[in-house]
Amino acid sequence: MKSKKEILSLLSEIPDPEIPVINIQELGVLRDVIINEQEVEVVITPTYSGCPAMKQIEQDIISTLKAAGIENGKIKLVYHPAWTTDWITDVAKEKLRKYGIAPPEKTTSDKGALMGKQKVLACPRCGSKNTVMISQFGSTACKALFQCSDCKEAFDYFKCI
Amino acid sequence: MTTKEALFKYLLRLGDTSMILAQRNAEWCGHGPFLEEDLALTNISLDLLGQANSILQYAGQVEGKGRTEDDLAFHRTEREYYNHLIAEQANGDYAKTILRQFFCDAFDFYFYSELVKSKDEMLAAISAKSIKEITYHLRHSSSWVERLGNGTDESHSRMEKAMDELWRFTGEMFEMNEVDSVLIKEGIAIDLNAVRPKWENKVKEVLEKATLKIPANTFMQRGSRDAKHTEHLGFILSEMQSLPRSLPDAKW
Repeated sequence: MKSKKEILSLLSEIPDPEIPVINIQELGVLRDVIINEQEVEVVITPTYSGCPAMKQIEQDIISTLKAAGIENGKIKLVYHPAWTTDWITDVAKEKLRKYGIAPPEKTTSDKGALMGKQKVLACPRCGSKNTVMISQFGSTACKALFQCSDCKEAFDYFKCI
Repeated sequence: MTTKEALFKYLLRLGDTSMILAQRNAEWCGHGPFLEEDLALTNISLDLLGQANSILQYAGQVEGKGRTEDDLAFHRTEREYYNHLIAEQANGDYAKTILRQFFCDAFDFYFYSELVKSKDEMLAAISAKSIKEITYHLRHSSSWVERLGNGTDESHSRMEKAMDELWRFTGEMFEMNEVDSVLIKEGIAIDLNAVRPKWENKVKEVLEKATLKIPANTFMQRGSRDAKHTEHLGFILSEMQSLPRSLPDAKW
């Protein structure tokens, strides 16, 4: 029987299906592993309510467990505490930037989004802060679309929620 | 009415409203006025569908008859749906879609901000999750109401027309019945009379900036609390439910 630590480290190798440079632990989706006599329960939380990647993540978890000889894996989806980009580690944020996605700026305690205040973001390609928001909604639920006014490249911004 | 029966109906009201509005917005997929707005509406639709999914899943658990969120979505008829009438109204032009979304977003924002205090832990957790998404929706729809209201004569007159068509459906969002009174006593539901002034202030604030007026005719259509709908819902359901009804055990 594998320990909780071993299982967590096994599962932390599962990449996010839409942003494969970061794994589900770095993203904050993987919350816990609870081992009891009947089953291995993997606790996850969705990033966005309708995130279509969640189903894929569930399947990936079950198949990773099976590949390691754990047949009694089970998924538990929790909504509390609600997922926040504050859980994304600094290492993962740097990986996002290198991948071309501007990582979430600062923390959710900044209520700018509510007030309609625009954030000053650095272009993940050239580093210029001369950027503008094109749309609050981007290629996936978790991202907004920006453009750099210097290198002219459009880029995704991982919204801070 | 027991607490359990009331909670089931309350959850249907919330889940159905999110789902039908999601379905309406999804009709814009591939037809948005330009790419960014196409993406925005489908993203909003996806958030709403996700919210509906969690709420209806919980409704099935509360009911305790083994129904899943899919059973509830695909195997109920119009007279078993409790969504707000405004959610099912036809998309019309972009002005109407945006105004419908704005009225619903403003309602959801103040409603779910209160519901996070619910004594029902699951409802509080779903609300806390949803409010993060709704904040973005409200910001998006309010900015478009302003833009279209202040835009050209054409966009302004389309917004006025949309206002005439939709205003009558805003009143029933605040209607309370036995479901509410049973759940308010238990600290599960919230008093919609407390949500109403906040919604009205926000609507007034945005409409003023948009140079739009609330119609003088204040007739309010009601019906959804009794599962009575406008002619639109049947068409939405027949499209949405056709596959699971004609091929009942179909798997993806």
